[in-house]
Amino acid sequence: MKRIYVNEKWCLGCHLCEYECAFANSGVTDMVKALKGKKIHPNIRVEDRGDVHFAVNCRHCTDAICVRSCIAGALSFDGEMVRIDQNKCVGCLTCVLVCPYGAILPDDEGHVAQKCMLCTNNFTQEPNCVRHCLNNAIVYEERD
Amino acid sequence: MNIYIQPEYEVVRDRDRCIACRVCERQCANLVHSYDAETGKMQADSTQCVNCHRCVCVCPTHALKIVKSDDTYKINGNWDNQTINEVYRQANSGGVLLSSMGNPKDYPVFWDKMLINASQVTNPPIDPLREPMETQLWLGKRTAKIERDEKGRLKNTLAPQLKLKVPIMFSAMSYGSISYNAHESLARAAEELGTYYNTGEGGLHKDFYKYGKNTIVQVASGRFGVYKDYLDAAAAIEIKMGQGAKPGIGGHLPGAKISADVSETRMIPQGVDAISPAPHHDIYSIEDLRQLVYSLKEATDYKKPVIVKIAAVHNCAAIASGIARSGADIIAIDGYRGGTGAAPTRIRDNVGIPIELALAQVDQRLREEGIRDEVSIVVGGSVRSSADVVKAIALGADACYIGTAALLALGCHLCRTCQTGKCNWGIATQRPDLVKRLNPDIGYKRLVNLVTAWNHEIQEMMGGMGINSVEALRGNRLMLRGIGLTDTELSVLGIKYAGESM
Repeated sequence: MKRIYVNEKWCLGCHLCEYECAFANSGVTDMVKALKGKKIHPNIRVEDRGDVHFAVNCRHCTDAICVRSCIAGALSFDGEMVRIDQNKCVGCLTCVLVCPYGAILPDDEGHVAQKCMLCTNNFTQEPNCVRHCLNNAIVYEERD
Repeated sequence: MNIYIQPEYEVVRDRDRCIACRVCERQCANLVHSYDAETGKMQADSTQCVNCHRCVCVCPTHALKIVKSDDTYKINGNWDNQTINEVYRQANSGGVLLSSMGNPKDYPVFWDKMLINASQVTNPPIDPLREPMETQLWLGKRTAKIERDEKGRLKNTLAPQLKLKVPIMFSAMSYGSISYNAHESLARAAEELGTYYNTGEGGLHKDFYKYGKNTIVQVASGRFGVYKDYLDAAAAIEIKMGQGAKPGIGGHLPGAKISADVSETRMIPQGVDAISPAPHHDIYSIEDLRQLVYSLKEATDYKKPVIVKIAAVHNCAAIASGIARSGADIIAIDGYRGGTGAAPTRIRDNVGIPIELALAQVDQRLREEGIRDEVSIVVGGSVRSSADVVKAIALGADACYIGTAALLALGCHLCRTCQTGKCNWGIATQRPDLVKRLNPDIGYKRLVNLVTAWNHEIQEMMGGMGINSVEALRGNRLMLRGIGLTDTELSVLGIKYAGESM
């Protein structure tokens, strides 16, 4: 299955992916309108230490601990990816606690969890972080 | 006291569009951009800006632009702002002014004063999409003798040749002056395109020996990184006598750029300045040059062509004649607009001659002396487009070297501050955090795209002329006409004026 992978070797730590993610999931088609003056809550986060940078987002584990621990049945693995149904989410944030990658986080208001759904849930229809990565550090590809 | 010099360019931020994502700040090695946590706004310090356009290109909302400052001293036809600032700079520092990339001065560009012919009615043009259009060629001596063995079969007496699938090669750029990733991009692109890249005088990194059959290795006055395996790895060997950007002077790679890797590749101590002398200390005549040419041939079993590269200077036709007689297989001529990682500004801007004129004169001279077949001619020093390539071939070149155009394809924006080693595009730097900005997977593809596109255009232009191979275009000066040129310029170029018939 195609997944988003990050090549640490090429990640520049520019954090552009975070903004492209927040924009893609904002529901607004103009980036300035979507993000100007706002604090962003992206599904991808760049972790930095010194010269090492690494963008982290959901691995879409086939047997995901978040899915197993969800008390409301909001998280599911549909054979392609781990999806979240925010209408079912009760905001217990257990998934946030159990995700070993820190890839699930509370949404803007903090009442429900949010996570990467490979941009299938927004207007871009292809992972926007991948599309805009300056250095092909974030790739969307099939790997064994 | 240093006199303050107002920056030449200013960073302009559209506050309505800036979302303060700080990508510009993280991508500027010159520390121009900063975030003011108090106001939540981005700031820019134009005094540090080199106008490399990295921030402009990476800004997700296109909120940035760089403009020429309208600050000016009192307008003066003789003392323009730059001239005055250079005096201030030298009075401040006491140093020689350094610059990078090619001569940016407003000298005439003769490529732009030559027009290409096309066929009409009597000599039909050729459609390169439907008919064969050959851009493949060979570089080397074409002076094979007809000799037969005892059974009467023809013996192969042809000197070693370089086969090019396109009439374009990548110019010499050393590892040290450009980054590992830039080199990898060039090497992989050369391999895919069926052409050659050139190590420059920086030696060949151990990782790149595998691209040897697409590599031209250079032997320059500093002899950096030259040893048997290096010569054996290459497809051809280039003796660098001069460089278009700085004819008559050597090179100087500051110790700061001699990283462990560069030091190993160049075979010199780490952190110590790498100085290439102005002359080769063993070459003071054509006879001396001949000795080096044959030493290199001997060392490689006469299997590889030897190129001699010179800068285009006033007497280059006579020099080329000497080189053709020295045993060299190929002459490379580098025009005064050729690029460099660092050169004294006065040299770069005032020494040498245009490649168009040098090429015309060299080709003419070698033809007159009946030795044009002794050597192939490769020209560089600002070949900017496929049209320049076509014009160069029509003037007599066998192939072209591109350096600056290749770097542009990799992202270079000609900010001309390579000498600082802080290239924001990951090209002219050895700083690991900057080098990684150039992903060779992207870089090599862009180079392949560029040369492929040029090759298509070359085929279109040749087809228009009714010519179906670069071999047939070579030296075909009747395919060129001058525009806006004086009689002297026309006669140096050996072409007629636009409107004059065959």
